Amino acid sequence: MGINREYLGREYRSPQPYEVTRGKIREFADAIGDPNPVYSDTATAHAAGYGDVIAPPTFPVIMGMEAMSQAVVDPELRLDFSRVVHGDQSFDYNRPLQAGDVVETVTRITKISSLGGNELLTLESEMRTVEGEHVLTAVNMLVVRGAADEAAEAGSAEGQGSSA
Amino acid sequence: MTATVRYDDVEVGAEIPEQVYRVRRIDLVRYAGASGDFNPIHWHERTAKAVGLPDVIAHGMFTMAQAGRLVTDWAGDPGALVEYKVRFSAPVVVPDDDKGAEITVSGVVKEKLDDNRVRIALTARSGGAKVLARSTAVVRLA
Repeated sequence: MGINREYLGREYRSPQPYEVTRGKIREFADAIGDPNPVYSDTATAHAAGYGDVIAPPTFPVIMGMEAMSQAVVDPELRLDFSRVVHGDQSFDYNRPLQAGDVVETVTRITKISSLGGNELLTLESEMRTVEGEHVLTAVNMLVVRGAADEAAEAGSAEGQGSSA
Repeated sequence: MTATVRYDDVEVGAEIPEQVYRVRRIDLVRYAGASGDFNPIHWHERTAKAVGLPDVIAHGMFTMAQAGRLVTDWAGDPGALVEYKVRFSAPVVVPDDDKGAEITVSGVVKEKLDDNRVRIALTARSGGAKVLARSTAVVRLA
Protein backbone atom coordinates (compact mmCIF):
# COMPACT_ATOMS: atom_id res chain seq x y z
CA MET A 1 0.00 0.00 0.00
CA GLY A 2 1.10 3.56 -0.65
CA ILE A 3 1.54 6.47 1.72
CA ASN A 4 -1.39 7.07 4.03
CA ARG A 5 -3.11 10.23 2.71
CA GLU A 6 -4.67 10.88 6.10
CA TYR A 7 -1.22 11.91 7.31
CA LEU A 8 -1.32 15.21 5.40
CA GLY A 9 -0.78 17.98 7.97
CA ARG A 10 0.65 15.62 10.57
CA GLU A 11 3.33 17.16 12.79
CA TYR A 12 6.42 15.59 14.27
CA ARG A 13 8.29 17.37 17.03
CA SER A 14 11.85 16.65 18.04
CA PRO A 15 11.62 14.40 21.12
CA GLN A 16 14.10 16.73 22.82
CA PRO A 17 15.92 19.90 21.75
CA TYR A 18 19.02 19.33 19.61
CA GLU A 19 22.24 20.76 21.03
CA VAL A 20 24.62 21.98 18.33
CA THR A 21 28.16 21.20 19.52
CA ARG A 22 31.64 22.00 18.20
CA GLY A 23 32.45 18.29 18.04
CA LYS A 24 29.41 17.42 15.94
CA ILE A 25 30.03 20.36 13.59
CA ARG A 26 33.63 19.21 13.09
CA GLU A 27 32.51 15.62 12.46
CA PHE A 28 29.94 16.78 9.91
CA ALA A 29 32.39 19.13 8.14
CA ASP A 30 34.89 16.23 7.95
CA ALA A 31 32.20 13.96 6.52
CA ILE A 32 31.43 16.38 3.69
CA GLY A 33 35.17 17.00 3.20
CA ASP A 34 34.94 20.75 3.76
CA PRO A 35 38.07 22.12 5.48
CA ASN A 36 36.74 25.69 5.98
CA PRO A 37 38.21 26.72 9.38
CA VAL A 38 35.07 28.68 10.33
CA TYR A 39 33.58 25.22 11.08
CA SER A 40 36.41 24.05 13.31
CA ASP A 41 38.45 26.97 14.64
CA THR A 42 36.88 29.34 17.16
CA ALA A 43 39.48 32.08 16.51
CA THR A 44 38.56 32.06 12.80
CA ALA A 45 34.87 32.12 13.69
CA HIS A 46 35.37 35.06 16.08
CA ALA A 47 37.37 36.94 13.43
CA ALA A 48 34.46 36.41 11.02
CA GLY A 49 32.11 37.97 13.56
CA TYR A 50 30.52 34.82 15.02
CA GLY A 51 30.22 33.94 18.68
CA ASP A 52 31.48 30.41 18.05
CA VAL A 53 32.14 28.02 15.16
CA ILE A 54 29.24 27.89 12.71
CA ALA A 55 27.73 24.80 11.09
CA PRO A 56 27.83 24.03 7.34
CA PRO A 57 24.63 25.01 5.48
CA THR A 58 23.43 21.41 5.12
CA PHE A 59 24.05 20.55 8.81
CA PRO A 60 20.30 20.84 9.61
CA VAL A 61 19.82 17.52 7.78
CA ILE A 62 20.69 15.98 11.16
CA MET A 63 17.64 17.48 12.85
CA GLY A 64 15.56 16.76 9.77
CA MET A 65 16.56 13.10 9.95
CA GLU A 66 15.34 12.91 13.53
CA ALA A 67 11.87 13.93 12.41
CA MET A 68 12.01 11.64 9.40
CA SER A 69 13.05 8.74 11.63
CA GLN A 70 9.83 9.19 13.56
CA ALA A 71 7.83 9.10 10.32
CA VAL A 72 9.73 6.08 9.00
CA VAL A 73 8.98 3.97 12.05
CA ASP A 74 5.32 5.07 12.14
CA PRO A 75 3.67 1.99 10.58
CA GLU A 76 0.43 3.88 9.82
CA LEU A 77 2.24 6.26 7.43
CA ARG A 78 3.26 3.22 5.31
CA LEU A 79 6.56 4.69 4.14
CA ASP A 80 8.94 2.09 2.66
CA PHE A 81 12.25 3.77 3.50
CA SER A 82 14.32 1.50 1.21
CA ARG A 83 12.29 2.89 -1.73
CA VAL A 84 12.84 6.50 -0.71
CA VAL A 85 15.14 8.76 -2.69
CA HIS A 86 15.54 12.47 -2.15
CA GLY A 87 13.60 14.58 -4.68
CA ASP A 88 14.43 18.11 -3.71
CA GLN A 89 15.56 20.15 -0.75
CA SER A 90 15.54 23.80 0.17
CA PHE A 91 16.80 25.87 3.07
CA ASP A 92 15.88 29.42 4.01
CA TYR A 93 18.31 30.79 6.55
CA ASN A 94 17.80 33.57 9.02
CA ARG A 95 21.37 32.98 10.18
CA PRO A 96 23.83 30.05 10.28
CA LEU A 97 23.56 27.54 13.11
CA GLN A 98 26.45 27.82 15.53
CA ALA A 99 27.90 25.82 18.39
CA GLY A 100 25.88 26.39 21.53
CA ASP A 101 22.52 26.69 19.77
CA VAL A 102 19.84 24.47 21.26
CA VAL A 103 17.26 23.90 18.56
CA GLU A 104 13.72 22.59 18.45
CA THR A 105 12.40 21.26 15.16
CA VAL A 106 8.77 20.99 14.17
CA THR A 107 8.25 19.00 10.96
CA ARG A 108 4.94 18.96 9.15
CA ILE A 109 3.78 16.80 6.23
CA THR A 110 2.69 19.51 3.78
CA LYS A 111 2.03 17.48 0.62
CA ILE A 112 1.41 13.89 -0.45
CA SER A 113 0.97 13.25 -4.16
CA SER A 114 1.62 10.85 -7.03
CA LEU A 115 3.72 11.38 -10.13
CA GLY A 116 4.21 8.65 -12.71
CA GLY A 117 4.64 5.44 -10.75
CA ASN A 118 6.09 7.24 -7.75
CA GLU A 119 4.71 8.91 -4.66
CA LEU A 120 5.95 12.25 -3.37
CA LEU A 121 6.03 13.28 0.27
CA THR A 122 6.90 16.85 1.27
CA LEU A 123 8.07 17.68 4.78
CA GLU A 124 8.57 21.21 6.04
CA SER A 125 10.75 21.75 9.12
CA GLU A 126 10.90 24.92 11.18
CA MET A 127 13.98 25.15 13.36
CA ARG A 128 14.03 27.57 16.29
CA THR A 129 16.25 27.98 19.29
CA VAL A 130 14.71 27.11 22.64
CA GLU A 131 14.63 30.89 23.20
CA GLY A 132 12.22 31.11 20.26
CA GLU A 133 14.53 32.60 17.60
CA HIS A 134 13.77 31.32 14.11
CA VAL A 135 17.03 30.05 12.60
CA LEU A 136 15.95 28.34 9.40
CA THR A 137 13.21 26.55 7.51
CA ALA A 138 13.94 23.38 5.56
CA VAL A 139 11.66 21.81 2.96
CA ASN A 140 12.33 18.26 1.92
CA MET A 141 10.56 16.37 -0.85
CA LEU A 142 10.95 12.60 -0.83
CA VAL A 143 10.24 10.30 -3.75
CA VAL A 144 8.96 6.83 -2.90
CA ARG A 145 9.89 4.89 -6.00
CA GLY A 146 7.26 2.63 -7.48
CA ALA A 147 4.78 3.15 -4.65
CA ALA A 148 1.90 4.79 -6.54
CA ASP A 149 0.74 1.65 -8.36
CA GLU A 150 0.35 -0.11 -5.07
CA ALA A 151 -1.61 2.87 -3.72
CA ALA A 152 -3.96 2.70 -6.70
CA GLU A 153 -4.40 -1.03 -6.25
CA ALA A 154 -5.36 -0.39 -2.66
CA GLY A 155 -8.30 1.57 -4.11
CA SER A 156 -7.96 4.61 -1.90
CA ALA A 157 -9.85 7.57 -3.37
CA GLU A 158 -7.21 9.98 -2.11
CA GLY A 159 -4.48 7.90 -3.70
CA GLN A 160 -6.14 7.95 -7.13
CA GLY A 161 -7.29 11.52 -6.98
CA SER A 162 -4.07 13.37 -6.32
CA SER A 163 -1.25 14.20 -8.64
CA ALA A 164 1.77 16.48 -8.47
CA MET B 1 28.75 38.31 7.83
CA THR B 2 32.04 38.88 6.10
CA ALA B 3 31.72 37.72 2.51
CA THR B 4 34.93 38.59 0.68
CA VAL B 5 33.31 39.08 -2.73
CA ARG B 6 31.96 42.60 -3.19
CA TYR B 7 28.46 43.02 -4.58
CA ASP B 8 29.56 45.96 -6.71
CA ASP B 9 32.30 43.86 -8.32
CA VAL B 10 29.94 41.10 -9.48
CA GLU B 11 28.11 41.16 -12.81
CA VAL B 12 25.26 38.98 -13.98
CA GLY B 13 26.78 36.16 -16.03
CA ALA B 14 29.94 35.95 -13.90
CA GLU B 15 31.03 32.34 -13.60
CA ILE B 16 32.17 30.49 -10.52
CA PRO B 17 34.95 28.19 -11.73
CA GLU B 18 34.14 24.51 -11.92
CA GLN B 19 35.28 22.24 -9.09
CA VAL B 20 35.45 18.46 -9.00
CA TYR B 21 34.60 16.63 -5.78
CA ARG B 22 35.26 12.91 -5.37
CA VAL B 23 32.97 10.51 -3.52
CA ARG B 24 33.86 6.92 -2.61
CA ARG B 25 31.99 4.30 -0.59
CA ILE B 26 33.94 5.18 2.55
CA ASP B 27 32.76 8.80 2.21
CA LEU B 28 29.15 7.61 2.16
CA VAL B 29 29.66 5.47 5.25
CA ARG B 30 31.21 8.44 7.05
CA TYR B 31 28.40 10.71 5.86
CA ALA B 32 25.76 8.21 6.99
CA GLY B 33 27.25 8.28 10.48
CA ALA B 34 27.60 12.06 10.64
CA SER B 35 24.15 12.84 9.23
CA GLY B 36 22.17 9.99 10.76
CA ASP B 37 20.89 8.89 7.33
CA PHE B 38 21.50 5.15 7.31
CA ASN B 39 19.26 4.34 4.35
CA PRO B 40 20.95 1.16 3.03
CA ILE B 41 20.78 2.34 -0.60
CA HIS B 42 23.74 4.57 0.31
CA TRP B 43 26.05 1.77 1.46
CA HIS B 44 24.51 -1.65 0.72
CA GLU B 45 24.69 -2.77 -2.89
CA ARG B 46 22.22 -5.65 -2.53
CA THR B 47 19.50 -3.36 -1.16
CA ALA B 48 20.20 -0.68 -3.79
CA LYS B 49 19.85 -3.19 -6.63
CA ALA B 50 16.81 -4.85 -5.08
CA VAL B 51 14.92 -1.53 -5.31
CA GLY B 52 15.98 -1.04 -8.94
CA LEU B 53 18.96 1.29 -8.57
CA PRO B 54 22.04 0.59 -10.72
CA ASP B 55 24.29 0.44 -7.63
CA VAL B 56 24.86 2.23 -4.33
CA ILE B 57 24.05 5.95 -4.73
CA ALA B 58 25.34 8.96 -2.81
CA HIS B 59 23.10 10.74 -0.31
CA GLY B 60 21.45 13.65 -2.10
CA MET B 61 22.45 15.81 0.84
CA PHE B 62 26.10 14.85 0.30
CA THR B 63 25.89 16.19 -3.25
CA MET B 64 24.06 19.28 -1.98
CA ALA B 65 26.89 19.86 0.50
CA GLN B 66 29.51 19.75 -2.30
CA ALA B 67 27.58 22.17 -4.51
CA GLY B 68 27.06 24.45 -1.52
CA ARG B 69 30.76 24.46 -0.86
CA LEU B 70 31.38 25.90 -4.32
CA VAL B 71 29.24 28.89 -3.31
CA THR B 72 30.52 29.33 0.24
CA ASP B 73 34.18 29.06 -0.85
CA TRP B 74 33.51 31.64 -3.55
CA ALA B 75 31.60 34.05 -1.29
CA GLY B 76 34.15 33.66 1.51
CA ASP B 77 31.62 33.17 4.31
CA PRO B 78 29.24 30.20 4.67
CA GLY B 79 27.06 32.40 6.88
CA ALA B 80 26.37 34.66 3.90
CA LEU B 81 24.11 31.99 2.41
CA VAL B 82 20.51 33.20 2.66
CA GLU B 83 18.68 30.59 0.62
CA TYR B 84 19.74 27.32 -0.97
CA LYS B 85 17.62 24.89 -2.95
CA VAL B 86 18.32 21.92 -5.18
CA ARG B 87 16.45 19.31 -7.18
CA PHE B 88 18.05 15.88 -7.35
CA SER B 89 17.53 15.05 -11.03
CA ALA B 90 19.65 11.89 -11.22
CA PRO B 91 21.50 9.81 -8.64
CA VAL B 92 25.28 9.92 -8.15
CA VAL B 93 26.18 6.25 -8.63
CA VAL B 94 29.15 5.24 -6.50
CA PRO B 95 30.89 2.03 -7.62
CA ASP B 96 32.69 -0.29 -5.21
CA ASP B 97 36.25 0.65 -6.20
CA ASP B 98 38.99 3.00 -5.02
CA LYS B 99 38.10 5.79 -7.43
CA GLY B 100 34.41 6.12 -6.65
CA ALA B 101 32.52 8.83 -8.53
CA GLU B 102 33.22 12.44 -9.41
CA ILE B 103 30.79 15.31 -8.88
CA THR B 104 31.57 18.32 -11.07
CA VAL B 105 29.97 21.55 -9.88
CA SER B 106 29.86 24.99 -11.49
CA GLY B 107 27.89 28.16 -10.93
CA VAL B 108 26.88 31.37 -12.63
CA VAL B 109 25.50 34.62 -11.23
CA LYS B 110 21.94 34.79 -12.54
CA GLU B 111 20.52 37.84 -10.88
CA LYS B 112 21.49 40.77 -8.70
CA LEU B 113 18.95 41.35 -5.93
CA ASP B 114 18.54 44.10 -3.35
CA ASP B 115 20.35 44.20 -0.02
CA ASN B 116 23.67 43.09 -1.62
CA ARG B 117 22.23 39.67 -2.47
CA VAL B 118 22.86 37.71 -5.66
CA ARG B 119 21.19 34.59 -7.01
CA ILE B 120 23.51 31.89 -8.32
CA ALA B 121 22.44 29.02 -10.57
CA LEU B 122 24.30 25.79 -9.85
CA THR B 123 24.99 22.83 -12.10
CA ALA B 124 26.31 19.47 -10.94
CA ARG B 125 27.18 16.48 -13.10
CA SER B 126 28.32 12.96 -12.37
CA GLY B 127 28.93 10.04 -14.71
CA GLY B 128 27.60 12.05 -17.67
CA ALA B 129 24.28 12.83 -15.95
CA LYS B 130 23.00 16.12 -14.61
CA VAL B 131 22.57 15.27 -10.93
CA LEU B 132 21.25 18.66 -9.77
CA ALA B 133 18.65 20.68 -11.68
CA ARG B 134 16.97 24.02 -10.99
CA SER B 135 19.41 24.55 -8.17
CA THR B 136 20.02 28.03 -6.85
CA ALA B 137 21.72 29.77 -3.97
CA VAL B 138 21.15 33.31 -2.74
CA VAL B 139 24.14 34.86 -0.97
CA ARG B 140 24.62 38.25 0.63
CA LEU B 141 27.88 39.77 -0.56
CA ALA B 142 30.03 42.47 1.01
